[in-house]
Amino acid sequence: MSETKDGDTIPITVEFTGGLEMLFSNQRKHELKLPAKDESEEPANIAFLVRYLCENVMKDPRKDLFVLDDSVRPGILVLINDADWELEGEDMYEIQRRDNILFVSTLHGG
Amino acid sequence: MSSTLIIDSLRKQISSCEAQLKDLRRQLAEAEQLRRQKQEKERLGETTVANDPLDHDMNYGIADAFRSEVYAALSPLAEENVMRRSWPLEKAEYKRYGRQLIMPEIGLQGQLRLKNASVLIVGVGGLGCPAAAYLAGAGVGKIGIIDGDVVEESNLHRQILHSTSRVGMSKVESAMVFLSSLNPNVQLTPHPSRLTPETAIPTMKDYDLVLDCTDTPASRYLISDTCILLSKPLVSASALRIDGQLVVLNNPPLPPGDPKGGPCYRCVFPKPPPPESVVSCGDGGILGPVVGVMGVLQALEALKVLTRTPEPPSLTIFSAHANPMFRTIRLRSRKPKCAACSSSATVTAEALTSGSLDYVQFCGAVNPVEALRPSERISAENYAKVRMGVNPFTGSENRREGHVLVDVRERVQFGICKLEGSVNVPFSEVARTPVTTTAAEVAQMPNRLDGDGDDRKEANAKESWVDELRRNPDKPIFVVCRLGNDSQVTVQKMKQLGLDNGGKRWIGDIKGGLRAWRESVDLEFPDY
Ligand SMILES: [Zn+2]
Repeated sequence: MSETKDGDTIPITVEFTGGLEMLFSNQRKHELKLPAKDESEEPANIAFLVRYLCENVMKDPRKDLFVLDDSVRPGILVLINDADWELEGEDMYEIQRRDNILFVSTLHGG
Repeated sequence: MSSTLIIDSLRKQISSCEAQLKDLRRQLAEAEQLRRQKQEKERLGETTVANDPLDHDMNYGIADAFRSEVYAALSPLAEENVMRRSWPLEKAEYKRYGRQLIMPEIGLQGQLRLKNASVLIVGVGGLGCPAAAYLAGAGVGKIGIIDGDVVEESNLHRQILHSTSRVGMSKVESAMVFLSSLNPNVQLTPHPSRLTPETAIPTMKDYDLVLDCTDTPASRYLISDTCILLSKPLVSASALRIDGQLVVLNNPPLPPGDPKGGPCYRCVFPKPPPPESVVSCGDGGILGPVVGVMGVLQALEALKVLTRTPEPPSLTIFSAHANPMFRTIRLRSRKPKCAACSSSATVTAEALTSGSLDYVQFCGAVNPVEALRPSERISAENYAKVRMGVNPFTGSENRREGHVLVDVRERVQFGICKLEGSVNVPFSEVARTPVTTTAAEVAQMPNRLDGDGDDRKEANAKESWVDELRRNPDKPIFVVCRLGNDSQVTVQKMKQLGLDNGGKRWIGDIKGGLRAWRESVDLEFPDY
């Protein structure tokens, strides 16, 4: 985890539900300081957040339960400030300060 | 003591059945009485109309100018007869539904809509039971219930239509017993089999609305696709552990290709989840009120679909330990290239009925684990001999404490029941342990994780089970789990981690897990 100056980070809230929290130390809510720029100095977007979560927050080695082919795996909904990410530009959405990003794994039990 | 309890319980059951019988006889008598009264009134009605003295008076005694007015004023009476004016609802229905009838959200119009509506409930389990109860209670005219399962004891903590005395009965039959006694006005249609692609269209076509109360991804895609093909709105819910999800799909139910129609299940989830990520209630657990709340919400959404205009699509997520417990999320509209509801849809009625759409294959299945060679496995009976101190293969006496038994069920399950002397290494921890970790890498770990105490603590905890097992390098390791799948994966992982000392130490699993142990060694071992 490289140290970044506070000005270079964006404070966001990331939440996991539907069982995904088990992959993230059994913690539903994570307050993060996300680097404002991605690896190629572009503004941080959802795609970068997903990579960042995999590399820095997820301790579980079963990465395929969260990502598949560089994207969030099927069966996980990404919600940006309580709206489907499809409404916001999917993984190209540029993350803003204090955004709430919620990852929901669909349930099938009944 | 216990026989007294049994006798008491039987007495109670008998008196409850007698009470039920009495109630049924009373209901029958009432129904017969009602029919007699109705027939009587019809007979009287005909004669009254024929003998009405006003008939003549009006025809001869009223001036032409007034005649039409008088006719207009009298005609409702003449038509309906004052004595048996027909109200839109039966007398008993005003009483029964009075508490919802007086609400502006329902009113007489709403109640009539419910009475004329037909709803299909697919699955009468944890979701379907409360949903069916509330819809029958509310006076939905026709309710179809479909399920291919029978009632099991492990259903009863959440599937509120079923009962202890109906264990073994088909769920559909059991639900019929409950629902018909709850509200005899409802016309119930049983479909006592599993929904299949071949039967989906004929089963669902006569209903106005469908509730998906099933528990597999395959059935969810099948139901959603069929709802699109038949233009039916769909209320879908699911639950696991302490979480629940609810969504109203295809509402309004416009034809495929119309972007104004509500999204379908495929719009939201174009691809099914990998089968290994799908957890059932049997494996993950489920809290009764959690799935109950979701089923009740399905009934609520169904009432809204039947009595109100559609709202923009949303997903409601419930989590019992979150604050707030409910969250509603705005959903996308129809996906322009959706395989089911777009103009370029590939899911067609022909494809469905011909059986060319294989939903089980589409969603995939977790194959039974066959990871180990026969020499790496031992039956429960033979393991029992090992515990007695006998080598099952040579017959020679072993030292009793000469092996390690590792139980890889999660901690909670281990806490419920365990074999004496077993040590617990939860499978989630096994799965979390990186395979690449060699002794050298472990040595480097503190450096890599410097500055993050939590990380180090967790990494140490992970390694500790491996270290623990390294401590006695000669004792063979037996691995056991609930059913005999996780144990195989664990054996493989232990070998990859080098715990077998290059083949010098035996590591293997107990075939069939604790279930096999119960079935062939110890019948008293708890079955949960
Ligand atoms: Zn669709």
